[in-house]
Amino acid sequence: MIKVILIDDEPLARSIVKEYLLHYPEIEIIQECNDGFEGVKAITQYNPDLIFLDIQMPKINGFEMLELLENPPAIIFTTAFDEYALKAFEAHAVDYLLKPFNKERFDKAMQKCLPELTDRGGVAKENNSTSALLETISHTPPQSQRIVVKLNNKIKIIPFQEIQYIGAEGDYVMIYTAEGNYLKNKTMAFFENTLDPNQFVRTHRSYILNIQLVTRLEAYEKDSHVAILKTGARVPVSKSGYTKLKVVLGI
Amino acid sequence: MARSLLSTNKFIIIFSILWFAWAQIQFITMNYFGFGNTIAIVDSLVLNILLAFACLGIIYIMQFYLPQREKLWYIIAVSLITSVLVIILSQLILKRIFRNEAAYINFLEMAWVVKGSIVFLLAACTSLISLVYYSLEEQKETEQRKHDAEQLTKEAELFNLRQQLQPHFLFNSLNSISALAGNKPEEARKMIQQLSDFLRGTIRKDDTQFITLTDELNHLQLYLDIEKVRFGHRLKTEFKCDAAREHLKIPSLLLQPVVENAIKFGLYDTLDDVLIEIQATYENNILSITVKNPYDSAMHTKQKGTGFGLSSVQRRLYLLFARNDLLFTSANENIFTTTIKIPQ
Repeated sequence: MIKVILIDDEPLARSIVKEYLLHYPEIEIIQECNDGFEGVKAITQYNPDLIFLDIQMPKINGFEMLELLENPPAIIFTTAFDEYALKAFEAHAVDYLLKPFNKERFDKAMQKCLPELTDRGGVAKENNSTSALLETISHTPPQSQRIVVKLNNKIKIIPFQEIQYIGAEGDYVMIYTAEGNYLKNKTMAFFENTLDPNQFVRTHRSYILNIQLVTRLEAYEKDSHVAILKTGARVPVSKSGYTKLKVVLGI
Repeated sequence: MARSLLSTNKFIIIFSILWFAWAQIQFITMNYFGFGNTIAIVDSLVLNILLAFACLGIIYIMQFYLPQREKLWYIIAVSLITSVLVIILSQLILKRIFRNEAAYINFLEMAWVVKGSIVFLLAACTSLISLVYYSLEEQKETEQRKHDAEQLTKEAELFNLRQQLQPHFLFNSLNSISALAGNKPEEARKMIQQLSDFLRGTIRKDDTQFITLTDELNHLQLYLDIEKVRFGHRLKTEFKCDAAREHLKIPSLLLQPVVENAIKFGLYDTLDDVLIEIQATYENNILSITVKNPYDSAMHTKQKGTGFGLSSVQRRLYLLFARNDLLFTSANENIFTTTIKIPQ
């Protein structure tokens, strides 16, 4: 059996997918979710093969939900209208259904993804395009003001201006905020390119700093400095980072 | 406020030329009556400088106060007062300067009537000209405002068709209809009807700026009914309207973006049930409409003040009523309130 989860905040929109799926006896719908929070929980719990995912949903949207998953399953996006998303779908050849869609269009999408589902080798390929899609999407306006993280099964939305600083942690980054520290599977380069350069400066290979929190800069060893934040945290500043910091701070 | 007449270059040049010419004429006349150059120059300067100040004063005052009625009497009164003041002052000053010139003093005693009449006529001319000028300016401004308001209504309609009636809303509604068509064709048909009525409502209102509160609320109800088909499991609405709906007027489609905003915040900020409250009250010739929706303050740390949808509402209210205090929002931890006041 192929396990499927439907994630959409409109019950009627789910019902139409359910209706079309009746013609696929090999498919079992194991859960329906009203939002991304339920989605993450159900996916972690049931580990489905395929999800139907709406994009505009309460609190966190479909893309932000995907970011929280370790190993996203195969995805068919369902959306009514989202110019940024459509561009990204086209760019990464991801399956999507534009609402309203008819049975023919639905079958086409299924025929494309069913072989890949039965042959598990295809899933890895799918994941690559998903992460590339997420990378593209996270630079578009609706996403570009906040980041969604998960800690101990609790989902937290962090507006960018609440970030104090970011430190590299292997393949991940650690986001430091007043309410706690959160690991996120994104790169330093991603944050350097996405965050407002007038507020966030990459002061070090492994650190990005919110300059509004800097109270003073101290010399530290030769050629390097350390920034002291209002919170008392000490963040390393490299030689080139110091030059950048001086420009943004206007000193 | 109208552009000041005093700040237009053309006026300053014409005024200076006329003033100089007039002073010249008076100088020549005095010469003609047999007074020496000194007396002629001083006599002309004193009177005409006073006159110039009086005229500029009249124009200046007119910039801030434009009589709406009894315009003729206003002009006569202003001119009379200024001419009397100018004459008395000039007589006093000239008598003081030339107190030893008996012939001139004598002349002054006789000439004041003639001088006064001329000064009166010039003051009257000045006030008439500035009255006409400022009336025209004011009219131009009103027309500009009216034109802008009409333009914005047009834009609002287009905006409604293109944006407000967002593609998102339209396509999702069509998707719901598609879902209903399978199992509940009667409900699908009903929703098609609602959607058509709603669309018709947004297109129809192109020539009427103001509609009755009843019409506007009915239109909103239609919109909310459609949203309820999609989000019936979460969305609740409550209308409280004790005002006499039929007699109250409201700019058409004014509330639509406000309610859309409320729904958007309510549905996408929270996971729970969403109650949208719409309340209309009428007091002291002001119709107040309040829209309340739940929201999550934590998700909007950056957006302070009014959002995009609301700023267009604010602008429209300004163009219609020339007031900026008709729309305000307040937010506590989880309820967002938008209030609109419409003078009747």
